Parts: sequence; C-alpha cells; structure tokens
Amino acid sequence: MLAFGNGRSYGDVCLNDKGTLLSTRGLDRFIAFDPASGVLECEAGVLLKEIIDQFLPCGWFPPVSPGTAFVTVGGAIANDVHGKNHHRAGSFGNHVLEFELQRSDGRVLRCTPNMNREWFAATIGGLGLTGLIRKVKMQLRRVPGPWIRGDSHRFANLREFFQLARESDEDYEYTVAWIDCSAAGAHLGRGVFMRGNHLASAESPKVSAPLKMPLTPPFSLVNGLSLKLFNQLYFHRPSAQQDDALWHYRPFFYPLDSILEWNRMYGPNGFFQYQCVVPPDAAEPALKDMLAQIASSAMGSFLVVLKNFGTLPSLGMLSFPRPGATLALDFPNRGPKTLQLLESLDAITRNARGAVYPAKDARMSAASFQQYFPAWREFQAYIDPKFSSSFWRRVTGISP
Amino acid sequence: MRRIIIVGATSAIAEATAREFAARGDALFLVGRSQEKLQAIADDLKVRGASKVDGHTLDLRDLKQLPAVLDEAAASLGGLDHALIAHGTLSDQKACEASVDTMLDEFTINAVSAMALCTELANRFERQGRGVIAVISSVAGDRGRGSNYVYGAAKATLTAFTSGLRQRLHSKGVRVVTIKPGFVSTPMTAAFKKGFLWASPQSVGKAIANAMIKGTPVLYVPWFWRWIMLIIKSVPETVFQRVKL
Repeated sequence: MLAFGNGRSYGDVCLNDKGTLLSTRGLDRFIAFDPASGVLECEAGVLLKEIIDQFLPCGWFPPVSPGTAFVTVGGAIANDVHGKNHHRAGSFGNHVLEFELQRSDGRVLRCTPNMNREWFAATIGGLGLTGLIRKVKMQLRRVPGPWIRGDSHRFANLREFFQLARESDEDYEYTVAWIDCSAAGAHLGRGVFMRGNHLASAESPKVSAPLKMPLTPPFSLVNGLSLKLFNQLYFHRPSAQQDDALWHYRPFFYPLDSILEWNRMYGPNGFFQYQCVVPPDAAEPALKDMLAQIASSAMGSFLVVLKNFGTLPSLGMLSFPRPGATLALDFPNRGPKTLQLLESLDAITRNARGAVYPAKDARMSAASFQQYFPAWREFQAYIDPKFSSSFWRRVTGISP
Repeated sequence: MRRIIIVGATSAIAEATAREFAARGDALFLVGRSQEKLQAIADDLKVRGASKVDGHTLDLRDLKQLPAVLDEAAASLGGLDHALIAHGTLSDQKACEASVDTMLDEFTINAVSAMALCTELANRFERQGRGVIAVISSVAGDRGRGSNYVYGAAKATLTAFTSGLRQRLHSKGVRVVTIKPGFVSTPMTAAFKKGFLWASPQSVGKAIANAMIKGTPVLYVPWFWRWIMLIIKSVPETVFQRVKL
C-alpha cells in the first residue's frame, strides 16, 4: 500500500500499480494552532491551500511554498518540497517540528529532530515509503499580508542569471527565474528574473475564481510554433522589466493554480516534467549544455523555472534539494523522441554529479536514481514492509 | 453568534456543515457515538474559529437520554437556537428483509430517534419563540424503491414529519428545514461507484448552512435532485413496479 494525498506529483511516486492506495484527503482536520508562535498541528491530508485560507487572514503563511497550493502536508513532507525561498528557508522538512508515523504493524512513532530521529530523517523526502504520516506539527511563517513586493529583470544569458541570483539572495526572500528554452545561439539562457519580499498592506485582495481547462484538446497546444511565439512575447512583454512590482501571493507562488486542470493543454498524450539540480561549480556549463540540447530539439514548453538553491542542508535522507542551481521544465510527450532527450539531459546531470527530483519524475533509470541518491540502500531499512510505490519498484529494479 | 446542536456530528455532511458555522464564529455542541472522532472534530472546529465547542457521546437509540442531552447542550452554550439532526445509517436492505428486528432497529435509528429529538426541540424552541430545526432526510424518501425501501421509508417518515412540524411552528417563529441530499461522497457511501451525479460533503455542507441561516423549507442538494425526483415521482405505479431501481 501507499498513501496518496492530492495527486499533484508529476510522476509515479504517488502511484502503486496493482497495489492499494490510501487516500489521505479525509485526514483534513486542524488539531491546534498557537496564534502567538505560529505553530500549527494538523492531520496530514490538509492542503497548503486550506492552511493559507485559514491562517493568512491572521498573518501566517506556509514556511515553504511549492508551485501549487493543492498539495497535502503529508505529501509536502514525503517529497520534502521546496520553493522560491529555498536560499533562505531550506525545504519543507526544515520547518516540521514533529509528526506521527503509522506503521503497518500497528506501531505509531512520534518523530522529531531529536526523538526517533532516524525515522524523522527517513520520512522527510521518504516518498511515503516509511509508513503513513498521520499528524504533523509545523512552524508557520509570520507575514504582514497577502502581497509580495519586488522587481523583475530580463537577463541575456546564464552568466547574468547567476549574477542576479548572487545579488538578490541577501535582500530578497523569494527569487526565481523564467527561461526561454526555445532561445539558442546568442540568446541561449535568456530569461526573466523575479524577486520579492512580503509586504504589509491594508488593501484586501480581490482575486478572480480559477478558470478551468474545459476539455482535453485532441492534440497538444504546446508545440514548436506556439512555444517560439509565446516565449518571444513573454520575454519582450513590458512587465518583464519592472523596478517596482506588486504581486498578490497567488499569481506569485501558484500561477498555475488559477487554471484548474491546466495539464490538459498538453493533449491526451500528456507531458513529462524534468527537474534537476546541479552543484554550483558545475552549474553554468551543465545548464548551458542542457538548454542548447532543448532548444535544438524544439520540444520544450514555456513552463521553465530556474532557481539557485541555498546551502541550508535538507533533513531528509533522500531529500532532493542540495546546493546548486535547479532547472525545471515541461516537455509535451512525443514518445521515444522525448524520452531520448530526457535521457540525454540525465547524462549531463549525472556528469555534473547532480540529481533529478523524484516527485517530478516518471522515467529516470534505476542507475541514474541510484547515483543521484546513494543513501537509497541505507534508506531501505526504514521502508514499511507493506508499503511500496510504482516509482520505488522502477528505480530499484524490483518487478511488481 | 448562533448556538447550535449537531446530532450525528461525526458524519461527513454534518462535519462539513459544522465547519461553515465555525468559520462564522458560532458555538457548537456535538453529539455522536465515538468520543475519539468527536474530539478530533471539536479540536478542528475550534481552530477554524468556533467560539465554543462542547460535546456528548451517545447512541441515539437510547431515546430516554435525549432530553438530558439537550439540557446539557443548552447549559453548555447558554441556550440553543439551531439544531441539525444528521445521524443515520445506510440500511442493509437485504438484512432488513430477512429480519424484523434489524428492520425495526434501522427504522428506530433513522426515523424514530430523529422524531423524538424534533419533538423535544420543537417544544423548547416554541417556548422561546425562535429557533431553526434542520433534519437530514433524503431523496430516497421521495419514493420507495426495491433496493432500499427500509431506509427510504424512514426518510419518507422524516420528510412528512418535518413538513407537519414546519406548519405547526410557522407562526411561532421557529423554522423547520428538510434537507434532501442526493448522492454524496462520504464514508457512508464509500462502497459505491461514483459518477457525475455525486457531490462532495463540502458543497453539501455549505448549502445546508445557508439553508439553515435563511430558513429554507425544503433543500434538495445538489439542486438538480428536485427535478430528478419530480420525474421519478411522476412515473405511474403500474410502470414503476416493473422497474429495477
């Protein structure tokens, strides 16, 4: 069996082919909240969105926000998710004070950084394999309101990106960049850098209800032509260069949450997401290589994110975040061609001693995984004997 | 601030409704069978903003206990002005056909205990000249069907009972709300295959809270069940008896 939260992982870490899934969305109760300290205790199926809706009005926010708020707290722990403030705050696990782990033999383990610490480390980023996370105690972050204030700058290449990242990490809590993955040659690595901080404001937010992809088009709306056009427009739009920008937290943190079922735009064949991290010293040449390959393949998408991770160590044995630059992008699924491209990106990541993010993966080889996450052998001792996932069987070479 | 008693408070629909009231800062008294579940729900409702949450563990077949529980609720919240009667079981039709005792037991849980509660509440609310009594009946009570007529008969009883109670109390400042949910995805219906007609407890809870605040007489939820049931009720019995439903 395997716990299944809200199903927002891109690949098969949350799936269990021919096995049982335990839906955790029924575990959606708050248990206690201390408005003075911001410590929240809740069941593991609570969504980050529910936490924001409940606690932002009184000045508290999740300490780490991934690209969607439609994830459960349990899933955020199991994948040790990260956000635009990684250089300051580390990943989700760094803010977990305690959780209850239910094992299939009936044992319930209370885990904190000091109590059952090896179980704590195995479960953070442990892909749900160590048992069912039932309850979580976590530290929320004080915020003055729902607004983010900052600026946005075009950069011409990766060197400029790294320059901007270095300059910004000190003064900005949130930094992230969009890359034009269709740009090649002199434009290779160009993009837009966004950075911001929470802003106090009395203005109440007026946010429109999310749109919804009404149906799955028969073919992918993302293709070579639409990509070039979109990226050209996106890069050159006036608001790409803003010295003083004000964002509501929703478009800033969760742009895709405003279009429900956005994944349908890729058509019936869907898409792959690829997210890797490469260590600081190897980052620039490795990313250059990758972007050159992607641009010449003309298979990318406009959803491309580049971010510099900080140095705060992740607490999980199998956590993905580590110092370096992380690149995330979507690829419409065009069959073997797409898989080949992804495998060649993996070759670059392996050479650079980097890693690929399991939460977003549906295809990496067992050999790649085992190089990226050498702790997997040691981790095996903590897997609940009744728990497994399609992902785990794939990357450890166990047939189901 | 409303002072609300919720009976069958651990049901998914009742819990979703309670969250709506908690977010409005109301005070709640929860009645259910499982102390552990009641506690988890009470903690949650407090975090969500309820000004007070208290509760009592009770098997509702124990009809003699009901007045004392209502007294306790009123004492705890400083009075009562809203009640949601939400308890029930989805009867095993085959077991009810095989055993009169089982059939009567199901009827007691789903109809008699709710009527007893309504009677107690009606007299109290009538005396104080205000209040809202909401009862979860079901679209299953609109017409008896071969596949679940024991459950359907109990719900039909509640529909008729609350209709009469509504007339009796109308001039007394007390509103009676009959709630008829269609298919709702809850633990009670976990074994069913779900399709496009199924609603979430959250959307149903929101509709119930709004109906209780407005004093809507009859709430079909989701709304389209009113029209589905209108069609089902209009089928002549000579035809209906041949249908497997």
